[in-house]
Amino acid sequence: MPKAPAGTLYRGREGMWSWVAHRVTGVLIFFFLFAHVLDTALVRVSADSYDRVIDTYKTPLVNVMELGLVGAVLFHALNGLRVMAIDFWDKGARFQRQMTWAIVAVFIVVMVPGAYFMLKHTVEAIFGSAS
Amino acid sequence: MTAPVVTVTGGPDERPVIAPPRTRRQRPARGRSRSNFEMYAWIFMRMSGLLLLVLVLGHLLIMNILDGGVQRVNFAFVAGRWASPFWRTWDLATLWLAELHGTNGLRVIINDYAERDGTRFWLKMLLYTSTFFVLLLGTLVIFTFDPNLS
Repeated sequence: MPKAPAGTLYRGREGMWSWVAHRVTGVLIFFFLFAHVLDTALVRVSADSYDRVIDTYKTPLVNVMELGLVGAVLFHALNGLRVMAIDFWDKGARFQRQMTWAIVAVFIVVMVPGAYFMLKHTVEAIFGSAS
Repeated sequence: MTAPVVTVTGGPDERPVIAPPRTRRQRPARGRSRSNFEMYAWIFMRMSGLLLLVLVLGHLLIMNILDGGVQRVNFAFVAGRWASPFWRTWDLATLWLAELHGTNGLRVIINDYAERDGTRFWLKMLLYTSTFFVLLLGTLVIFTFDPNLS
């Protein structure tokens, strides 16, 4: 009989939740890519139809969703690096938990200025320009 | 193919035996392919992921953050970018790598959660149909783009 796994070092903790988030963000990005190829394909229909669909990306609601998309891509990219570190770095598995918190830190450091630049126009459009 | 002996069970000689080195891992009894497809898929996910890190984050930085972000994107902006073979190549590589990376990711997820053979088969057929359609459409758009289209 194989011994039962000792404890729950992985299950229900950083390792499991980053795995869940990797799957969820991956599926979201995949479905967005499908929509994005379709909207970009409108450049072969007419300049006007492309401009009209891109205008929806500039509305406040879709702008906030874009921020979510950028966040999903950034997390998926950073966690992908963590997965590769676990696979190829001999100490990767031992430091997988610390690496999860490291990518959370990098995520915040990148997303704060990213959100500022992405939402600048929307915030100004709703609340008026600061200048 | 000789199967590695794992244990000698029963009798006074019962003891664990370590499988001799450099023997092939015993394959599951049935329903498994003899090819190394899964290993190549695993490697592809890591190699394409590394390239996509640069390609997609670069794309998002240019299209959503720099110089006004999405507010400045329109047909003329796309025409300006796609006048350069560099950005056409960038976008074509992003399209193919992202679509294949995502398709393999969804294939793995379907295999994990769809338990009935028929469900798994049809979900994957739907997936591969969409992959073919997206790659064909995206590639045609990049290669046949006409900046003078009114």
